[in-house]
Amino acid sequence: MIDTVAIDVRGLHKRFGRHEVLKSVDLTVRSGEVVAVMGPSGAGKTTLMRCLNLLEEPDAGTITVHGRTVDCTSPRRTRHRSRVIRDIRTRTAMVFQNYNLFPHLTVLENVIEAPISVRRLPRSYAVEIGDRLLGRLGLTDKRDEYPSRLSGGQLQRVAIARALAMDPEVILFDEPVSALDLELGAEILHIMKNLTARGITMVIVTHEIAFAREVADRVVFMDAGYILEEQHPSVFFSNPATPRARSFLRLVSEGDGSPPELERTN
Amino acid sequence: MDHLVLSMPGLLRGLGVTIMLGVVSFVLGFVLGGLITLARISRSPVLKATAIAYVSLLRGTPLLIQIMLVYFGLPQLGVRIAPIPSAILAFTLYSAAYLSENLRGGVLAIDQGQWEAADSMGMSHGRSLRRIIYPQALRVATPAIGGRFIALMKDTSLASVITVVELTRVAESTGSSSFRYVEAFVLAGAVYWLINAVLSIGQAILERRMGRAYT
Ligand SMILES: Nc1ncnc2c1ncn2[C@@H]1O[C@H](COP(=O)(O)OP(=O)(O)OP(=O)(O)O)[C@@H](O)[C@H]1O
Ligand SMILES: [Mg+2]
Repeated sequence: MIDTVAIDVRGLHKRFGRHEVLKSVDLTVRSGEVVAVMGPSGAGKTTLMRCLNLLEEPDAGTITVHGRTVDCTSPRRTRHRSRVIRDIRTRTAMVFQNYNLFPHLTVLENVIEAPISVRRLPRSYAVEIGDRLLGRLGLTDKRDEYPSRLSGGQLQRVAIARALAMDPEVILFDEPVSALDLELGAEILHIMKNLTARGITMVIVTHEIAFAREVADRVVFMDAGYILEEQHPSVFFSNPATPRARSFLRLVSEGDGSPPELERTN
Repeated sequence: MDHLVLSMPGLLRGLGVTIMLGVVSFVLGFVLGGLITLARISRSPVLKATAIAYVSLLRGTPLLIQIMLVYFGLPQLGVRIAPIPSAILAFTLYSAAYLSENLRGGVLAIDQGQWEAADSMGMSHGRSLRRIIYPQALRVATPAIGGRFIALMKDTSLASVITVVELTRVAESTGSSSFRYVEAFVLAGAVYWLINAVLSIGQAILERRMGRAYT
């Protein structure tokens, strides 16, 4: 697995009505790479992540995940296209900011649902995998609880376990700790750091500079629908190339960790 | 009243028919309603339009007319059905329209994020519906669905016009043979009320249980 491409995005456009949220985004993520996506509120970070999983249909461009390509310029609902989309989704896992756990299923059932119905694992094997993951994430005693009984940090860990149970090649995180207090957030970041050691490709929208600096192989800085910079964290955080990134970093380091609103200067 | 009950030997049998009509039509209507909901929320414009038209027609016309159409109209087309099956057919078609709307309301009440979580793991549309959306939607729709069942219990009295000997018909014939219409209809009314009082209690218990978070 030397330098295989995990994600390749070319010329991605996405508009909501007349509002063009992504304006020609190109991004390549290599297998095993950890990419931190940063940028001011409204930059299009969430939209980009959702496009990577085809939760949003881009208006133009191509998305390739581990060799499977969806051409968004011709949005025809063919059988082949749906199969490719499902294939991509099966290989990428998304950890949502608000977890989106299934409230009517227990923790374990949340984790094993897709492995059984999508990966077609036998139930007993899925349970084995599920229990192992729950153990790794310190959730063994919560196995048979419903999500309503769990704290935010526990919910996020279940969401991560659910994502890992699909044995994905890529995990997409959208602000994984922004809903958590500092302590719980640190715990989640620690778990994510451990994941990097396993060679899973990760794309993480985050405002945690310390975390990105430590964990990311690359920082992608977005603003107003464009990727303005891609840098190694050591470069990005000490010497960002664009004025936008400079003012963004100033705000983040002063702020409370929430996505800052950059004033439009143009 | 004792005397009257004795003079209405058919009462218990009528009650049995009423309950049978209600329960059977409700169960069948629930199944059909579920299918209509599936069509209504599917991506196929044809299925969708068919479901919308169906619901609109069955909710927009009197139940009595639907019953008569089935019982008197079908024979004209060469399909002859006995009174009880006719009544069941009409009640089923009618309840399905309402129940499908209740179910659809439940589905729409489920947070979009539930679909997205299922989608993001590659679950198929059908599988997401069956495993993730429907179980939650059903819970949301339970009060409305329970209300439908109670309404249907009362609606079954309309089967009397196509000679089905259910509660209302028993009251009617007892009344006309004894000229004690008041007692007969009051008694029949009381029995309907009793059935629905029991159902309401059951519904309240069910709602209380369903109203809680999943624990
Ligand atoms: N479903 C939608 N319909 C209409 N507009 C949308 C939709 N989703 C996002 N937008 C708009 O697209 C722009 C980019 O949104 P996005 O959520 O991608 O930003 P973001 O970079 O994730 O911001 P934040 O840091 O606040 O999460 C915003 O202006 C937002 O209002
Ligand atoms: Mg966002």
